[in-house]
Amino acid sequence: MKIHEFQAKELLRKAQIAVPESIVARSAEEASAAYKQLGGSFAVVKAQIHAGGRGKGTIKTNPDQRGVQLVKSAEEAATVAGNLLGNDLVTIQTGPAGKTVNQVLVEAGCDIARELYMGIVIDRACGLPVLMVSSEGGVNIEDVAANTPELIFKEAFDPDAGLQSYQVRKLCHRLNITGKSVRSADAFMRAMCKLFIQLDCSLAEINPLVVTGKGELIALDAKIAFDDNAMFRHKDIAELRDISEEDPAEVRAGEADLSYVQLDGSIGCLVNGAGLAMSTMDLIKLHGGEPANFLDVGGGAQVEQVTQAFQILLDDKKVKAVLVNIFGGIMRCTTIANAILESYKQVGFNVPLVVRLEGTEVEEGRRILAESDVDIISAKGLTDAANKVVAAAG
Amino acid sequence: MSILINKSTRVVCQGITGRAGEFHSKNCIDYGTQLVAGVTPGKGGQEVLGVPVYDTVVEAVEKQGVDASMIFVPPPFTADAIMESVDAGIKTVVAITEGVPVLDMVRVYNAIQGRDVNLIGPNCPGVITSDECKIGIMPGYIHKKGGVGVMSRSGTLTYEAVWQLSEVGLGQSTCVGLGGDPIVGTSFIDLLKMYQEDDQTEAIMMIGEIGGTAEEEAAAFVKENVTKPVAAFIAGRTAPPGKRMGHAGAIISGGKGTAAEKIAALEDAGIEVAQSPADMGTAIQRAMAK
Repeated sequence: MKIHEFQAKELLRKAQIAVPESIVARSAEEASAAYKQLGGSFAVVKAQIHAGGRGKGTIKTNPDQRGVQLVKSAEEAATVAGNLLGNDLVTIQTGPAGKTVNQVLVEAGCDIARELYMGIVIDRACGLPVLMVSSEGGVNIEDVAANTPELIFKEAFDPDAGLQSYQVRKLCHRLNITGKSVRSADAFMRAMCKLFIQLDCSLAEINPLVVTGKGELIALDAKIAFDDNAMFRHKDIAELRDISEEDPAEVRAGEADLSYVQLDGSIGCLVNGAGLAMSTMDLIKLHGGEPANFLDVGGGAQVEQVTQAFQILLDDKKVKAVLVNIFGGIMRCTTIANAILESYKQVGFNVPLVVRLEGTEVEEGRRILAESDVDIISAKGLTDAANKVVAAAG
Repeated sequence: MSILINKSTRVVCQGITGRAGEFHSKNCIDYGTQLVAGVTPGKGGQEVLGVPVYDTVVEAVEKQGVDASMIFVPPPFTADAIMESVDAGIKTVVAITEGVPVLDMVRVYNAIQGRDVNLIGPNCPGVITSDECKIGIMPGYIHKKGGVGVMSRSGTLTYEAVWQLSEVGLGQSTCVGLGGDPIVGTSFIDLLKMYQEDDQTEAIMMIGEIGGTAEEEAAAFVKENVTKPVAAFIAGRTAPPGKRMGHAGAIISGGKGTAAEKIAALEDAGIEVAQSPADMGTAIQRAMAK
């Protein structure tokens, strides 16, 4: 689960981690008032959307307006907020449609001496959380990792003992952070690691992490994501979810306990199991088609869930044909066959449907479909299924 | 022989009184698994499916002599259940539960390092030695006894692979589902070591997916240490970066974990890579003919 920058900074503030003073605004008037309240000689107005690259991103209908802008008066703050609010911001991560800006963060200006990068993730290889820092702040850290990996320094830490002070000193040495800034870094980095563990984060990224003219470390940006599986023990965090930032079809699928990811192709896929669902997408592509989605109905899906799944697939106007690929294990092929008939009754199929069934109760499942009046293209094996659905989609 | 489990393995099910626990315990017993006890805290003294239920794993071990456990407890309690089995001295712990918090697994993973235990999972279909013992949720009837060891990060895709193997006349020794989470107890490398030493296993089928670097590490290990034929398939060639493909572990992040990188590493290690998921059975035939 992702949250907004302003929400992440509020969590940092609560954990006594340094962030610039800032106020959320949902109108031009609020932005103007926020600027006055902050009272500095300049401020920064930042669009709040769940995507990176905001500084370089631009408003779709107003390409001169970037997602992050420095302002020097309350009037300017109001103008920029007015340009951003209610409009779609397109960044490298949003796709061409962009994301609607519903709020902006008006943040006090900051005296920047240095910009660093800091991130915390779980390192699968060593099975521990790891703090990463780099002297290359502000820029895309993925490029640094790809081109100059020697500029990224890592320290793994025990979740319960936390990051140790000697580890911070080591990182400071690598980053050439000296003097009293080392003490600031110690407080900042150890508190961030503690927050990562306490809140069951999957990612906590401060980019840029700024060293001010006075030598203090402060989080100029903050990006936090959480482990969905741990949200049962963080009801307050779960409430920070902003559903308007998510794909509506994916939200709907989630409510039906389906795992769905929307893609750009024309062939809808309905599969049981994540691995098989991914492979089905690959298979379609291999045979010259483009998958419209990833959809895992899960092992224990009932007729109602499968019907929901069909509804979601068929609501996608790009879908020109649907491939049902089921390897019945716990899931019985008869359940799927009955769900197809039920969906046909409730939803109706306006595109060709290719069905490949294998596994538990397969003969009975095929018989149910063959004897029904639903128009189905049945397939034997994966290759046959792929060829038929690619042909059907045209 | 086989790896991890065989016909004499004595199994306890943690969470046997739950719906999923009881349903799958029954299927395991029907397959021939020696399921000798169940554990549900607070429900000791009952009997389910003809086996005694205990409050603690240690009691099940003392009274029934247990070698392996199968875990079906809900996600918030799974880490505790795993550690209970490890503490009771059980050597093979199979955690089926999906949805365990990653940090819980970080603690478990580090607690079991250096201990004599194989933790399979969590979020996995389990382990099966064909015609001998099934600990998990896979459909037993597709498995045929034979010489191919199958290891996988996925569930239904493993069934697909096993079915294709059986179709081309190749049976399986032991099939292991590692689990789809970012942190799981057993790696491809752990299993490669076991398959390499196992008499019954003649060839190894590895089914990976996007996310992490487990396949790359396995490829490097195969290059140096494995003499048996190996074939592989990687799911998720067409998955876009930053999107989680069902499994918590199946996500391309920070430019790492792409299918292309994994396939290149596997091919570099001389592993026969199936280009299509329809080609898994024939890929192992090609690997064995090399």
